[in-house]
Amino acid sequence: MVNMIIDGKEVSVDPGMTVLQACEQIGIEIPRFCYHERLSVAGNCRMCLVQMEKSPKPIASCAMPVGEGMTIHTNTPEVEAMRKSVMEFLLLNHPLDCPICDQGGECDLQDQSIAYGIDHSRYQERKRSVTDKHMGPLISTTMTRCIHCTRCVRFATEIAGVPDLGLLGRGENAEITTYLEKALNSELSGNVIDLCPVGALTSKPYAFIARPWELKSIETIDVMDAIGSNIRVDVRGAEVLRVLPILNEDINEEWISDKTRFACDALSYQRLDRPYIRKNGRLKEATWNEAFNTIAATLKKVNGPDIAALAGDLADCESMIALKMLIQNLGSENIDCRQDCARLDPTVRSSYLFNSALAGIDQTDAILLIGCNPRWEAAVLNARIRKRYLESGIPIGVIGEKSDLNYEIMHLGDDVNVLHDILAKKGRFSKILRSASRPMIIIGQGALARGDGHAILGLTRKITELYKIVDNNRGWNGFNMLHTAASRVGGLDLGFVPGPNCRDTEAILDGASQGSIKLVYLLGADEINMERLGNAFVIYQGHHGDTGANRADVILPGAAYTEKNATYVNTEGRVQRAYQAVFPPGEAKEDWRIIRALSEIIGKKLEFDSLAQVRAALVEANPNFLNVGTMSPAAWNKFGIDGEITDMTLSSHIKNFYMTDPISRASITMANCSKAFANNHFEKITNNG
Amino acid sequence: MLEDKDRIFTNIYGLNDPFLKGAHSRGDWNKTKNIIAIGSDKIIEQVKESGLRGRGGAGFSTGMKWSFMPKPDSKRPHYLVINADEGEPGTCKDREIMRSEPHKLIEGALIASVAIGAHAAYCYVRGEFFRETEILQRAVDEARNAGLIGKNACNSGYRFEFHIHRGMGAYICGEESALIESLEGKKGQPRLKPPFPASVGLWGCPTTVNNVESIAVVPTILRRGANWFSNIGRANNTGIKLFNISGHVNTPCTVEEAMGIPLRELIEKHAGGVIGGWNNLLAIIPGGASVPVLTRVLSEKALMDFDSLNELQSGLGTAGVMVMDKSTDILKAITRLSLFYKHESCGQCTPCREGTGWMWRMMERICQGNAKLEEIDRLGEVTKQIEGHTICALGDAAAWPIQGLIRHFRPEMEKRIRNFKSTQFRTA
Repeated sequence: MVNMIIDGKEVSVDPGMTVLQACEQIGIEIPRFCYHERLSVAGNCRMCLVQMEKSPKPIASCAMPVGEGMTIHTNTPEVEAMRKSVMEFLLLNHPLDCPICDQGGECDLQDQSIAYGIDHSRYQERKRSVTDKHMGPLISTTMTRCIHCTRCVRFATEIAGVPDLGLLGRGENAEITTYLEKALNSELSGNVIDLCPVGALTSKPYAFIARPWELKSIETIDVMDAIGSNIRVDVRGAEVLRVLPILNEDINEEWISDKTRFACDALSYQRLDRPYIRKNGRLKEATWNEAFNTIAATLKKVNGPDIAALAGDLADCESMIALKMLIQNLGSENIDCRQDCARLDPTVRSSYLFNSALAGIDQTDAILLIGCNPRWEAAVLNARIRKRYLESGIPIGVIGEKSDLNYEIMHLGDDVNVLHDILAKKGRFSKILRSASRPMIIIGQGALARGDGHAILGLTRKITELYKIVDNNRGWNGFNMLHTAASRVGGLDLGFVPGPNCRDTEAILDGASQGSIKLVYLLGADEINMERLGNAFVIYQGHHGDTGANRADVILPGAAYTEKNATYVNTEGRVQRAYQAVFPPGEAKEDWRIIRALSEIIGKKLEFDSLAQVRAALVEANPNFLNVGTMSPAAWNKFGIDGEITDMTLSSHIKNFYMTDPISRASITMANCSKAFANNHFEKITNNG
Repeated sequence: MLEDKDRIFTNIYGLNDPFLKGAHSRGDWNKTKNIIAIGSDKIIEQVKESGLRGRGGAGFSTGMKWSFMPKPDSKRPHYLVINADEGEPGTCKDREIMRSEPHKLIEGALIASVAIGAHAAYCYVRGEFFRETEILQRAVDEARNAGLIGKNACNSGYRFEFHIHRGMGAYICGEESALIESLEGKKGQPRLKPPFPASVGLWGCPTTVNNVESIAVVPTILRRGANWFSNIGRANNTGIKLFNISGHVNTPCTVEEAMGIPLRELIEKHAGGVIGGWNNLLAIIPGGASVPVLTRVLSEKALMDFDSLNELQSGLGTAGVMVMDKSTDILKAITRLSLFYKHESCGQCTPCREGTGWMWRMMERICQGNAKLEEIDRLGEVTKQIEGHTICALGDAAAWPIQGLIRHFRPEMEKRIRNFKSTQFRTA
């Protein structure tokens, strides 16, 4: 510990801290613009200057490491004067157009000028104006407002790993730019909007929509990928206006992907806001009673074993447990939450979890990616891998298609034989895995959502055991399943899987196309081939008019993730709660309530009436649902099979990051992004360092 | 006055052969092996004893700087970086060394590298010095072919390589950490200190950055002894220095002189005096554009060394003496310097980026007289708001000339403003 005196108070702080951090530790706030905990120190705004005894000049507290016996003054008139003078300099060429600036009300410059600004300008010359830059469909720029803190540049180069942003020119003419008027090609680009302390970079879709003081904020979680990023949903009235990240060190640190941030506009488009019944081949608006009665009438004609249910990627745990119980009451166990037919093993929990936790990436010393593209499947996780790579230069092997992940990879091929080689202790990555002390395998759904997925899973388990990637003695489990669907782990945990000798997704679809499955209940399942449903009677419960609703015979309008209090389990197996921010539109209802109401009308009443009772049922199905917010380690066991592998090519199953689910497919912003980015993705230059 | 026998740069005017043959005849590379043999600690001790202060402007003890380098270890190489990005207006000493005495620089680099444990020196030459780079490169090639540098420099067993890197014309790249950034291939922007280059410098390795002149005088100091050097000049301001005298003098020149020579004597002995006589003198900027001006009265008293000029609230800087006689518009002159600093500010940190432009614009108006009297005070306050608050010294360098102007020529500024007012016809 280092002892120092700050404003007359003796403090002892960790060596390696900066003066600014030491001040914060004892509750002294130092104003700053360029400093950010997660970015490198730039020290260029000079707002954080403080006085240090025995130093002739003031020091930049954000950059100065603490030293034994330092004496720091942060509250002298001199420091006050320095802050005022820096503030004056920053405002010289700032347009002061707060009334028309989207940052107004949440602007660092505005806030700090309350404390350190002067009430008039001594600058009588002409102000600088800067041409706005094109940064793609997400980021709106007003570069005249820029104060050159370079947070955005540092974020782009350090965290996102794209060299698209930089500071050109010098002196007064320095400008933040994308060099070639090129869109910022990163799945995390929206974070520069949060980082920008002024209104230079603002959200394009949110431009001139609302002022921060009009908004109500609800802290909840995201379902656009399986990471479960913690988010803040800002709403006005019945409308979700924007999504911002909130801090969770274990999951998303403080970043979110562009899909998480910008797909929220879709919550107002393509919504299913009332029940529909198909009559004479056309969907007709209906009341809830009509819809329920139609279902009840159909059910009377269908035998229990001919009923099936599929849960989609955005389904919450409450609705899945309710639907599972309903289908069971109807005498069927043809249920599956793996609509992509992934050969996940529901019996061994550790086989389908990201066992090392996302934070485990910070400790690993070798990563093997199998059939996944983390940049597209979980952009925030990819940033974490990059962070680890930059810290320690760990080897990262990829088996799957060669793609640009923003860090240096060893592309081992896209051939399953590479896995066989590694199991036979052959090849360069075999040596790396052997010498690593905390190696990690990340296997994506692309490797499992295929006929021979069981065999690949088995093969991977053997590699995991061979190289001691699971080591109970050290408490390290580096076998990591990367899901892309927010509902998947929850569904597996609560057992939304076929009962013994019952049909899984593949068999349900086969049955439906052959006519042996007569009724299919789709709980937000849109990613299946609807033609394979044949002549089955299809009930679609969901919130967006996507492929499922298009095929449905009855549509039951449900609630999107911002419209219900619901439980999700992320890829790590961490139980998290989503909270209702707005009401579902029109006549749409919370999903478990729909199922509960339907159960009563068809005479198979479910035994719960409140959310608490549904959650009790969840806990009964799997006690893990008690551990909200934490993750509990899962025991290792045998899983997968020693089968033959038929298709030798491994690849990720996501082809377009911006359109992966019913919500993002309905989003105009995501459509614009698809147009701007998805097609030229592999042509860019990377910045590995 | 310096006697001829005490001169270090005997070919500074390029009258003789600058290359190896000529260099040998001037005593360069003479028994360099023996100097290397005395070892790092002794070399540093000798240089400390000689009292050599860095010739790049800041005047920090060269020996002391070398002693800050950590002990060599196998993990990180050490580097010597030579700052030949001579961009200070009014200064042209390093250029003369490079084109007339390149071997002194190369030999000095070898000895300095031995002192700090470096096996490679990078010489960052100002991009505009095209011919100088050619000459230096030729000299380096000669030295390498003659075995003076290379795998076995001067047969001493010491491995030493000398690399030349050409700058691209940015003044700020003369700041040591910006120079390192530029050398690494990045944009020339100064780094935050600490860490200092001695611990984290070029490519993250311990690095010493020295001015060309500081390096080039080292071999002679070690040959003739620290005492010889320290006996020239005044206490704490010892040795010999190249002075550049330009402006309103009869014979502008570069001249080697003892430190502490009176400014008036320097001008009158070597530069043929001020045009129109000493009484025609208006002001002198004694150390390159960055230091405050001196009036005639102060110039009379000034001794050309670090401490004397500091006492007069100016500085020795790079010893580029710019003489201005009474025909000069001093306001215009300082305004031009302000424009220079505005143009050369790197734009990284706030006070300098915003402040240099503000100062220049105010200076422009005051220069015309199109200002209010209180703006002189405002200008002074702005210089104080910049000074000391920036990452590097460019902010200070931009502020000081204006502070000097306000200190010594305030009546002139006020007169300009009053005159302007009386000549303006005011419309409603």
